[in-house]
Amino acid sequence: MRYLPKSPGERIEMLQQIGAGSIDDLFSTIPQEYRLERDLEVPRQMGESEIVDYFRNASLRNAAGYTSFLGAGAYRHYRPVVIDSLVQRGEFLTSYTPYQAEITQGTLQAIFEFQTMICELTGMDIANASMYDGSTGAAESVSMAVRVTRRSGVFVARTVHPEYREVMHTYAQHQGLEAETIGFGDDGRLDLAALEQSVSEETACVLVQSPNFFGVIEDIPAIAEMVHKKGALLIVSIAEAISLGVVKPPVEADIVSMEAQSFGVALSFGGPYCGVIAAKEQYLRQMPGRLVGETVDTEGRRGFVLTLSTREQHIRREKATSNICTNQALVALMATIFLVVYGKEGMRELALHNLAKADYAAKQFSSMGGGKLLFAAASRFNEFVLETAEAPEQLNAKLLKQKVIGGLPLSRWYPELGHASLWCTTELNTREQIDHAASLLQLDSEEALTRA
Amino acid sequence: MGYPESYRYTREHEWIEVGAGKVGITDYAQSTLGDIVFVELPKVGATVEKGKVFGSVESVKAVSDLYSPVTGTVVEVNEELTTAPEKINTDAHGAWLLKVKITDPSQVDELLSAEDYEKYVKEETH
Repeated sequence: MRYLPKSPGERIEMLQQIGAGSIDDLFSTIPQEYRLERDLEVPRQMGESEIVDYFRNASLRNAAGYTSFLGAGAYRHYRPVVIDSLVQRGEFLTSYTPYQAEITQGTLQAIFEFQTMICELTGMDIANASMYDGSTGAAESVSMAVRVTRRSGVFVARTVHPEYREVMHTYAQHQGLEAETIGFGDDGRLDLAALEQSVSEETACVLVQSPNFFGVIEDIPAIAEMVHKKGALLIVSIAEAISLGVVKPPVEADIVSMEAQSFGVALSFGGPYCGVIAAKEQYLRQMPGRLVGETVDTEGRRGFVLTLSTREQHIRREKATSNICTNQALVALMATIFLVVYGKEGMRELALHNLAKADYAAKQFSSMGGGKLLFAAASRFNEFVLETAEAPEQLNAKLLKQKVIGGLPLSRWYPELGHASLWCTTELNTREQIDHAASLLQLDSEEALTRA
Repeated sequence: MGYPESYRYTREHEWIEVGAGKVGITDYAQSTLGDIVFVELPKVGATVEKGKVFGSVESVKAVSDLYSPVTGTVVEVNEELTTAPEKINTDAHGAWLLKVKITDPSQVDELLSAEDYEKYVKEETH
């Protein structure tokens, strides 16, 4: 579809046709006091060479040459260059929702492959065409479980990403849901005893994250057993998708929601990312979002279509399974290409690489006296919690001067953990970087102790 | 197809067989909807209210709400329809959706007779 703006001549013609003297006349019903009488404060347009200069200068302010240990839901991984060269093809970049199957087979096939690979990775039967991000995916999963069970009690582990929990509460407060939080034990995992006491016949679902916000892997089979005993559903949220290369998928869950940013999606200041919902087949009718299905055409050839659309807003209006009526097709395509590039073996190697780096960093940081590893006994993936002598905010300010971006301070969500911060290493952190950070941490710790 | 004399009908095209409290949708409703692919029904023990939505029926064309002919409690749900919703297309007046324990039997008097319903459908289609 081409976008052709109207010419000044056409504007005059249109105004004359309806008997208006000017464009402003069209707004005459808006009271004078609410009208903006001046021009918008936007910079004047630039020429092409000026724009190139502008962005070249802006790019100098990028944090190049820094080492980052930030994770917590947004992960720095290598993005194969083939991803951007493929997603920038016009057929993908400018396409609209593939309602018309006969002209959109490429887009539909890409989404179908995305769904298929998500099922293979998560161990679920069905997956949708994607959601906005991991947080909306988790919140939509909760709504889905409430519809499936027709119960209203919701329990959320405190080890779920705090911002995911905030999004979930935004959803829940207008749906009459009672969402309660379940704490964690000394091992950084969900408090199973508290879970067992809380879950009842009124519980719709329990939402946990694994690896959880502390990077610790939850005991999904044990949690599932407790939840299922009461007829409730278990939702497992995965923030670090690369973990599926080595961590056993949560096959015991009823619904898996995931943030697929790690699959070849740039950090981009927090979005757009790519949410995922996958589930057991019996919950298909309550699944939100688009689904692409495989079929055959009148000549028996394999083809793809949007399917089960009666769940969706454009048909079912206010009774739709969700009011998110879009998906992140282009971002999901990035994830699809990423998964194809890495393949089964590549994913495993990549995940092992992440695991080894984080294990090395955790050992270096704690053994050199830089800090104490919290939840040390539990199995982890590529993140760990470090307790330092100095408050992480001050520590990070110092590290930044050495071009090291330290871990995420946890006190605003978990004040009881004291000077704790969440550190992440991926395949992009080199051994030299980790050693360098470990020595800076050691130095700082010694200084802090001397001061004390 | 004739509309059973012993049933009562709503203007929203549901029927009720008062004796057993069986509720279904009429043959006219199924023929208008087309191929039915899914039925969403309440749980046993749920209460339904006269004139209020108690579930939905999904065809290849659209999703339509189901309205209860009477107020009452759901005592049984036709589980067969979860795997074989097409039974409604082949035998609309036999494929019941729910069995309802009717709270106030006098509500039945407000419903249409087979003859009145048939007349109503004719008017609606013309």
